[in-house]
Order: sequence, then structure tokens, then C-alpha cells
Amino acid sequence: MAEHIIELVDISKTFDSTEVLKTINLYIRKNEFLTLLGPSGCGKTTTLRIIGGFEQPTTGKVLFEGKDITSLPPYKRRVNTVFQRYALFSHLSVEENIAFGLKIKKLDKATIKEKVRNALKLVNLEGYENRSVDSLSGGQQQRIAIARALVNEPDVLLLDEPLGALDLKLRQDMQVELKRMQKQLGITFIYVTHDQEEALTMSDTIVVMKDGLIQQIGTPEDIYNEPKNAFVADFIGESNIIPGIMKKDCLVEFCNTIFDCVDKGFGVNEPVDVVIRPEDVEIYPDDSGKLQGIVESVTFKGVHYEMIIRTDSFAFTAHNTLMFPQNSKVSISVAPDNIHIMKKAVN
Amino acid sequence: MVKNAINRIYLFIIFLFLYAPIMVLIVFSFNNSKSRSHWNGFTLRWYIELFQDPVIKKALFYTIAIALLSSLIATIVGTIAAIGIHSFNDWKKTLILNINYIPILNPDIVTGVSLMILFIFARIKLGFWTMLLAHITFNIPYVILSVLPKLKQLNSHLYEAALDLGATPLYAFFKVILPEIRPGIVTGALLAFTLSVDDFVISFFNTSSGVTNLSITIFSMARTGINPKINALSTIMFLTILILLFIVNIRTSKEVKEEKAK
Repeated sequence: MAEHIIELVDISKTFDSTEVLKTINLYIRKNEFLTLLGPSGCGKTTTLRIIGGFEQPTTGKVLFEGKDITSLPPYKRRVNTVFQRYALFSHLSVEENIAFGLKIKKLDKATIKEKVRNALKLVNLEGYENRSVDSLSGGQQQRIAIARALVNEPDVLLLDEPLGALDLKLRQDMQVELKRMQKQLGITFIYVTHDQEEALTMSDTIVVMKDGLIQQIGTPEDIYNEPKNAFVADFIGESNIIPGIMKKDCLVEFCNTIFDCVDKGFGVNEPVDVVIRPEDVEIYPDDSGKLQGIVESVTFKGVHYEMIIRTDSFAFTAHNTLMFPQNSKVSISVAPDNIHIMKKAVN
Repeated sequence: MVKNAINRIYLFIIFLFLYAPIMVLIVFSFNNSKSRSHWNGFTLRWYIELFQDPVIKKALFYTIAIALLSSLIATIVGTIAAIGIHSFNDWKKTLILNINYIPILNPDIVTGVSLMILFIFARIKLGFWTMLLAHITFNIPYVILSVLPKLKQLNSHLYEAALDLGATPLYAFFKVILPEIRPGIVTGALLAFTLSVDDFVISFFNTSSGVTNLSITIFSMARTGINPKINALSTIMFLTILILLFIVNIRTSKEVKEEKAK
């Protein structure tokens, strides 16, 4: 088990009587890429700001390598941040921006120059030292912001939706590069995003948050394949969420039909949410499937077709590389291990 | 076409109306005669005499000293005030801004007289220092109004970014916040300097006979009969203010352009 670099113990945060965070407990391992994922207003940015020292938790403690740093100001923490809108200093050149933290540490000029050069190399912007910040594109500014933070060799790098303002292609390139930098430098990254794809691509660990509470912590595979509740399932990729009743272990009823499944430990006749991924809905052109339905709509999505299949009691979203024409009669089935049973959400 | 021509003629008449007196003043400041109606040839005599007149030289010294000191102090006080106001929440900010507008909209005569009454009430002898205080007072709101927009444009994370990189709050203020809002501060200082040079009414009520600025000097000279030196002095003051206002306006429009380009 790797060493915990940061621990959040019973953190809560209230802004003017609004509870933004309710009891957050979380540890971050050394050298991992951890992502705080959730819809806007879930408290992910507040959590990051508490780690950075820009926000004081209402209750709870922040531990850094076991030591309490809750009341330590940002400039005394061995943490650096890449801000959402870059927050570059426009009155300084690229070089002066990156050297800002090094100058405060009073390093000598030659060392600073060397470090700045290396940092620019790391973000693939060699030779940009004397450019003005305003002359750079959004993607380049983002790289400078990353270089400015990384040049200080922090133990932990915090990133607050750093790719939010970039276009899709650039964002995908930057995802790969961020992951490369993280591996190359061996620095712990804490990344905040609302983009589930981004989280799945880059993270070692994903923390899914909603309404100031952690919903699930796990590897991308865990979170995608074994979502803990309907919210996580819905947030991480599309899902069909169907009300059902657990008949007994490994047997569930939904859409008035009994299905085999692999989940155990629920009460007899307990109401549950059944989650089925669109790509797990098997479609048959005849009536050999378990549920009969009609293709209501077909949309071409590139790799696959997205089809809405209406059965008597539920409209399933299905992804398939084969196209079943609109209004045709089909039937569907789901394999037992693709049926995910979840406790009914409390709200 | 006709409409366009009418527009232009209308504009021309307005500018003529506005600038004709000043044009006459400037032309007659070069007139080789004391006459105000006959042109007797070109001369720089009045300008030379002007700079030999001890009363005017003294007034020039006071004008510049007060303009420099009051704009400097008002800029410092106003910038700090603007930063404070900027951090207020919405309704407090609106309240303070409205209070800030009152001295700007207040007639100068009211400001001047009320300051005089205050100084007399506080038993402060009228003179250089009261005039300086008065100038600082009416300059501060203009500085605040020049600096605030710059603060609004500031990326709210800049200060945090500086702290994040190891800067103490003081270092972050001087190395990041101040340079970022500097254009607004310089504009405010120039505006304050201009207004201070320009002021007559408030200065008139808040000084004693020994300490006068140029506008008060012109006023008292004019009472004893118009001397062409007044024309020359007024011309110099007009041009100084014109140049300063040009600089302020060019700076402001440049900033607007930069903002649009972003």
C-alpha cells in the first residue's frame, strides 16, 4: 500500500448557510492521478481549494504527509495549482511568469534560466521565453500555466478544470500529455473535472461527487463497470435505469419479466434500480429475445448506431454496430453479468 | 447627401461656438498691443513678460506643487479605497459607489464653501495645506472611478496564483495586483493632476491671500483690467490641460480596444 500524501478528515464547508461539502473523508496516495468528478455545484472545486489553502474548511482537518496543514496559508504549502482560466500574469513575459515562484525562492539567475528552459521543454514550448502572454493561444497559455506550476517541483499538482476552455481535439492531446508529464515527473496530480471521459482517460483513481458528498471512489474500471448507485451509473456514461424488484439472490424482475443476474445480498422483493449500459443491450431481428419492442429512433454516432427501443414498459437506449431500421419489430436481451443491481437512491 | 452636409454644418457651428472664445484668446496672446480689438502684429512679448512676473511665477510654483502632491496622495488613497470597495459585496459596493459620486456631481462652489467652513471650524489656518487637502479631497473619487474598472477586469485567480507560487500577500499585491491595474492608476493620476491644475472655485475658498494658484491669479489680475499677459497665461493653461486630457483619452480608448481584442 502506497504512502498517503494528503488526507482529508471529516471536511465540511458552509458558505453563508449553504452546505457545499458535507463530511468528506478522502486520502490521496503518493504519485497517483486522482480525479474529483461530478456535476457543477457538487463541491469538487471547493475540495481542491481547501487542499490548495485558498479556502478554510468549516470543520475537519487537512493532513499533508500526516501533518496537520489546515491553517497553513497557500504560500507555505508544497502544492501548486493550475487554475481554470490559467491566471497568467499578463504584465510579465512567458519566462518571467514561469520564473515567478523560483525568484521568490531566491535561486540564482543561471539556475532559474535553466529550470525555465526545461519547464518549457516539458510542455513543448521551447523558445517561447520572451513572448508576451497575450500573444499566445488558449492551448499555449494553458501549457505555460502548467509549466509555471510544475517548475516549482511541487509534491502535489492541483488542476481545476484546466482543459475546460479548449476545443475537443486540443483537449484530447492535452489529456495524453498531462498523463505523460505526471508519469515522467512522478508527481501526485489532483484533477477536477465534470467531464467523465476525461476522468476515465487519465485517472488512477476517480472520486465521484454529488451535492457535497462522495458517491464512489475507485479505479476507472471499477467506476464504469461497478457503479455503486444509479447516479454514478448515469453520470459515468449513458445508462438505462429501470425500476425493478429483487426476487431473490441472482434473480430480478423488471419490465414484468424475470431476469437472471449475478447480484446477491438484497432483501426478498426489495425494490431496486436496474442499470444496463446501452452497449450491453442485445438486439435480435426476430422474437428470440426476452422483451419485445419497436425501434423508435435511429441515430448514427460514428462507431455505432444509437437506437431507442420501446418495450411495453420502458424505452431502452441501445448501442449497436448493426442498424435496425426505424419502426421495425425487434426483441432484446441482456446477459446476467451485464445487469447491475443498485439500491434505490434515497432521494 | 444634403442630410450629411447639414450634419457637418451643425457640428461645425457647435465647435465654433465652443472654441471661438479660446481661439480669440490665443490669437490675441500674440498681439503686439494692449488692445483687445486691433491686431498690431505678432509678438512673444507677453509670454516673456509672463515668465518675468514674480506673482505669476509664484502662482505657477503653487499650482504645480499642489497638482503634483494632491494627485500623488489622491492616487495612493484612491487606489487603496478602490481595492477595498472592489472586495465588498454587491449592495455595499453600490452604496459606497453612490456616495463616491456625490462629490463629483456636487457643485464646486458647495464643495469649496463647505470645505472652508470645515477648516475654519477645525481652526486650521487657510493656506497652502488647506488648499492641498481640498484638492486631495475632490481628486479621490476620480481616482477610484479610474481604478475600479481595472480591478473588475482582473482575473480573480491572479492573486491566488501568486500566493500559490509562494508569494506572501504583500509581495503578491506589489508584484501582481499593482502592475495589472497600473494603467487605471496612471489614468487616475493624470486626471487628478489635470483637475487640480484646472480648479478655481474650490481653491479660491480654501486658501489665504499669500498662496494663490494660476487660476486665482488670473481672476485677480482680470479684476484690475485685462492685461495681455492673462491671454498668454490662459493659452498656456489651456494647452496644458488639452494635452493632459488627450493623453487620458488616448489611454482610455486604447484600453477599451485592448479589452475588445481579448
